[in-house]
Amino acid sequence: MEPYLKHDSVAALMDRSNVDTDQIIPKQFLKKVERSGFGIHLFHDWRYNDDGTDNAEFELNKPAFKGARILVAGDNFGCGSSREHAPWAIADYGFNTIISTSYADIFYNNCFKNGILAIRVSQEELEKVMAEISADEGVRFTVDLENQQVITPAGNGFTFEIDPFRKGNLLSGLDDIGLTLKHVDKITAYEVTHKQNFPWLWA
Amino acid sequence: MHALEYAMKKTMYEKIWDSHLVVDEAGQAPLLYVDRHLMHEVTSPQAFEGLKISGRKVRNPHSILATMDHCVPTKNRHLPIADPIAKKQIETMADNCLENGLNLYDMKNPNNGVIHVVVPEHGFVHPGMVVVCGDSHTATHGAFGALAFGIGTSEVEHVMATQTLPQKKSKTMQVVVNGSLSKFASAKDIALAITGKIGTAGGTGYVIEYTGSAIRELTMEGRMTLCNMAIEAGARAGLVAPDEKTYEYLKGREFAPSGDYWDQAVAYWNSLASDEGAEFDTTVVLEGADIAPQVSWGTSPEQVIGVDGVVPSPDSFADEGKRKACESALAYMGLTANTKITDIPVDLVFIGSCTNGRIEDFRIAAEVAKGTKVAPGVTALAVPGSYHVKKQAEDEGLDKIFIDAGWEWRDPGCSMCLAMNGDELTKGQRSASTSNRNFEGRQGKGGRTHLVSPAMAAAAAAAGHFVDIRTL
Repeated sequence: MEPYLKHDSVAALMDRSNVDTDQIIPKQFLKKVERSGFGIHLFHDWRYNDDGTDNAEFELNKPAFKGARILVAGDNFGCGSSREHAPWAIADYGFNTIISTSYADIFYNNCFKNGILAIRVSQEELEKVMAEISADEGVRFTVDLENQQVITPAGNGFTFEIDPFRKGNLLSGLDDIGLTLKHVDKITAYEVTHKQNFPWLWA
Repeated sequence: MHALEYAMKKTMYEKIWDSHLVVDEAGQAPLLYVDRHLMHEVTSPQAFEGLKISGRKVRNPHSILATMDHCVPTKNRHLPIADPIAKKQIETMADNCLENGLNLYDMKNPNNGVIHVVVPEHGFVHPGMVVVCGDSHTATHGAFGALAFGIGTSEVEHVMATQTLPQKKSKTMQVVVNGSLSKFASAKDIALAITGKIGTAGGTGYVIEYTGSAIRELTMEGRMTLCNMAIEAGARAGLVAPDEKTYEYLKGREFAPSGDYWDQAVAYWNSLASDEGAEFDTTVVLEGADIAPQVSWGTSPEQVIGVDGVVPSPDSFADEGKRKACESALAYMGLTANTKITDIPVDLVFIGSCTNGRIEDFRIAAEVAKGTKVAPGVTALAVPGSYHVKKQAEDEGLDKIFIDAGWEWRDPGCSMCLAMNGDELTKGQRSASTSNRNFEGRQGKGGRTHLVSPAMAAAAAAAGHFVDIRTL
């Protein structure tokens, strides 16, 4: 995983609540056996017309939002199916940061496994940054994970909370499995006791 | 009460959590041991690929049970799969399981079916276990008093390699359903009513424990339906404390404890229920008798109402977000506010899925379908959750009832629940579906889904529109 560096980039606005993972990546694209190449299918049913052309009405198709790395969205983003194809598609499209008031649990976990910083803000903070984008489409925000801070030109920036473990992993781009395997002796010891206590599970 | 004694009172979730902690050190997420790992073809291939690239092995192959369900055709199984990408995914699953020595119930195996239907049939999940699967409806297995939750593909790889997962401890929510359900309400209606009440984010960050007499009265199948939809209320998992019904269900199944181990296991399982007086972070109470058969009217499982109600008007929501969501849902669903639910027509009826694809669901639906005919212009699909469900239903003659009524009687699979296998709605078509999600496009692009119980689905098939089954 690439380390997450301080960056400034266009912030795209998706003013919708309860965006579910079926919308983020519709099921017809879940049949691939690779992790890559999902970006062109991101938000497929909203993004493309029936004839395959871009739907001009869809917010991410606005020219001002091209190249955006920050996605600002409404409450409960990523609800529904556990499909990790959703963050794969988001990352492959180019986003590495999401700003919302809340996320569904599984989606939130999946983001951090894929180098995506999912930032939780208050309703008030969200409304302010949404208003700033609406008034100035194409505006660039600075995201500084080290200092847990987002800076905006109009001064609607904020600091945010993040679990130190997740933060550390994002900053270093570390592999979770490698970290866990440092505890392999403890896992083995746990299994020995587990076998004694619950022999029927191992019969 | 002594303060320490009080502090030691634990919920079932806390008991399972504590007994599975492998590492709990400051500065890192607690590591939780995983007893059972369930798999299907859609969320596993990239995990196997990752494992291979990093040169790691599956730590405990016996902890895994795999099936093929999402992409499999539900008819003409003897023919090659027409969709080449689905075919590759199915073949990849078979190769990965073979290579790693995993127990796979492939498409042609008599044990095949939807993962969350198959696993209980074989007694693979027991009370007190930690169970994961790359599938949000893993919550189903909470019906057995197991902590069961969905994970992403990176986590699938993590569990294969380490048999553990870094986890954040959830908060606890108790959902009490008092009294008894009315005759025509089911576990599905409880699940939908809860989601309607607390919303799809209401359970975010929580594990729900369902308690109360109406929950005790549910069969194991009903408890599975209820826990299955814990995720629709945003919860990580749902739990029901094990009891005699649980043990009765498990006894004698392939992976259930046997011989001397049985009594030992039951003694342990009996210790799992939440302690009397254990504190939950929050509690929600419903009265069983108040729960009418439910029908979803929108594009989120929280947009649901009793069958005797009407489609709500956006103006009836004080919250601006909910008002907007109602407006866009009505536009997508092609519905007008204040339309009676029983006046909404249906084009397709689907009974099946990990929510309602078990034998009890087909028995209840067959009782309603018996002697009826599918209404003109309506297609009705009965898709058993597994080959065992299919066979059991056929042994009981249920298939005949459906076929005589004009239903299609299919082979098992996820089918129209998420429409990956070719069974799907076309644009503008409207379904009555016993599945779990009514998101835009879930059952096919432009398709309109109404979530209901099996009895409600069967009644809608015969009438061509929703029916208040209490008036039949």
